[in-house]
Amino acid sequence: MPYVAPEQLMKDRSEYAHKGIARGRSVIGLEFADGLLFIAENPSATLHKISEIYDQIAFAGVGKYSEFEELRIAGIRLADLRGYQYGREDVKARDLANAYSQALSTIFTQQMKPYEVEILVGEVDGEVDGAGIYHILFDGSVSDEQGFVAMGGHAEELTDALRDRYQAGWDLPTAVRTAVQVLGTTPETREIPSEQIEAAVVDRTRSQRRKFRRLRPDEVGSALGG
Amino acid sequence: MSDRIELPLAGTPFGASPSFLELVRREHPEAIPGRQIETPFPVPHGTTVLGLKFVDGIVMAGDRRATAGNLIADAKMRKVFPADDYSAIAIAGVAGQAVELVKLFQLELEHYEKITGDRLSLEGKANRLAQMIRSNFPMALQGFVVVPLFGGFDDRKDEGRIFYYDATGGRWEEDDYQTTGSGGQSAKNSLKKRWRPGLGSDDALRVAVEALIDAAEDDAATGGPDATRRIWPIAVRVTAEGAADVPEDQVVAAVEAVLQERGAS
Repeated sequence: MPYVAPEQLMKDRSEYAHKGIARGRSVIGLEFADGLLFIAENPSATLHKISEIYDQIAFAGVGKYSEFEELRIAGIRLADLRGYQYGREDVKARDLANAYSQALSTIFTQQMKPYEVEILVGEVDGEVDGAGIYHILFDGSVSDEQGFVAMGGHAEELTDALRDRYQAGWDLPTAVRTAVQVLGTTPETREIPSEQIEAAVVDRTRSQRRKFRRLRPDEVGSALGG
Repeated sequence: MSDRIELPLAGTPFGASPSFLELVRREHPEAIPGRQIETPFPVPHGTTVLGLKFVDGIVMAGDRRATAGNLIADAKMRKVFPADDYSAIAIAGVAGQAVELVKLFQLELEHYEKITGDRLSLEGKANRLAQMIRSNFPMALQGFVVVPLFGGFDDRKDEGRIFYYDATGGRWEEDDYQTTGSGGQSAKNSLKKRWRPGLGSDDALRVAVEALIDAAEDDAATGGPDATRRIWPIAVRVTAEGAADVPEDQVVAAVEAVLQERGAS
């Protein structure tokens, strides 16, 4: 094999992953009054970008479906095993974010091709009025996001748009409406029909142990209409 | 067990198994209940539980006593649990193992739901439980028997259904009501007289509570309601709206109604 400088190798892989991710649609994660909202434009009603990991933890992925689906399943497995062996309250988003970071970093450096994904792991805390969102990139780098985050094809434009509009303490309809408006600003300005919106919340006010809930199409519809 | 939890990646060999049981068995076989071989000695046993159909779904109820030999090991044990949003499980037999079985079964259903994005059918849940009991059979041979009742609301058939199991994992569906545990026979005799098709929600609870009181009268291992210490039966109701504990005040009202009728209070 010809010699390739490590810098070049990493740069090539990074570009490859970026291109893969840029092809897909974006996901927005944000804090609202009762917890976390993950929302995405998704023409499919069954192939989800957003899903439940554990009682208070949600997952969202952009990029290549097969790859973030594999990460989603691995996360559920890790969480369910941890909760069974120790206690349900011992399952934390930070541990998951670390595990994802390790796994993605290993894949990025040691495998033929990097994963073309970015993921979010979000958690609400029942006791404190807090929520945390971890954003993990294809190379395993993690960041702890405050308030809102956008990832996927047009993450930068979306983040800028969110920065202008975001206010802490939104109620759910306002959060959904604003997030959908922001999603509709790029790549071209358009109105996204409510059937094409996938949205889910981790709602700390829910009485059930499992705080994750998908928003029904009519809920999204009425939030957009209001 | 290693200190660091590995992230088990999916996709081996093909597709992700939605079974939590298989996952624990593969990753942490030592955490599965019933793998250690123990010598038979008095261990706590849970006693009487029952399930019955009513017009909107099912009710499952159980007394609160656990016995070890002729000792009362626990006066406030819980034997009836929601298994997921639309089903419930009630257990009799070796208490420690039974409670672990419930925990594992609840996780089995939740894990399946999260991995596949779909809830198992009621039939699927009932079958899965049968397989879990069957895998406990070597322990059952040594006297560590667990025999649950399972029931839930079947949204495909739009009705409540009840299943019962034996120690070998045999599974049977009941049309009306079923009981299990040491006081099960007395409870069943009581239900035979009191249960009728199309019971309303309150009547169903009352019939269930009365059967438990009858069982407690005939069976020393079954605990009756105890107003002094405020120990009441636990009941779970499953309807099209979901599975939920019957609030304690409703159970107390049902107990008082039965006792009043008998002239005991």
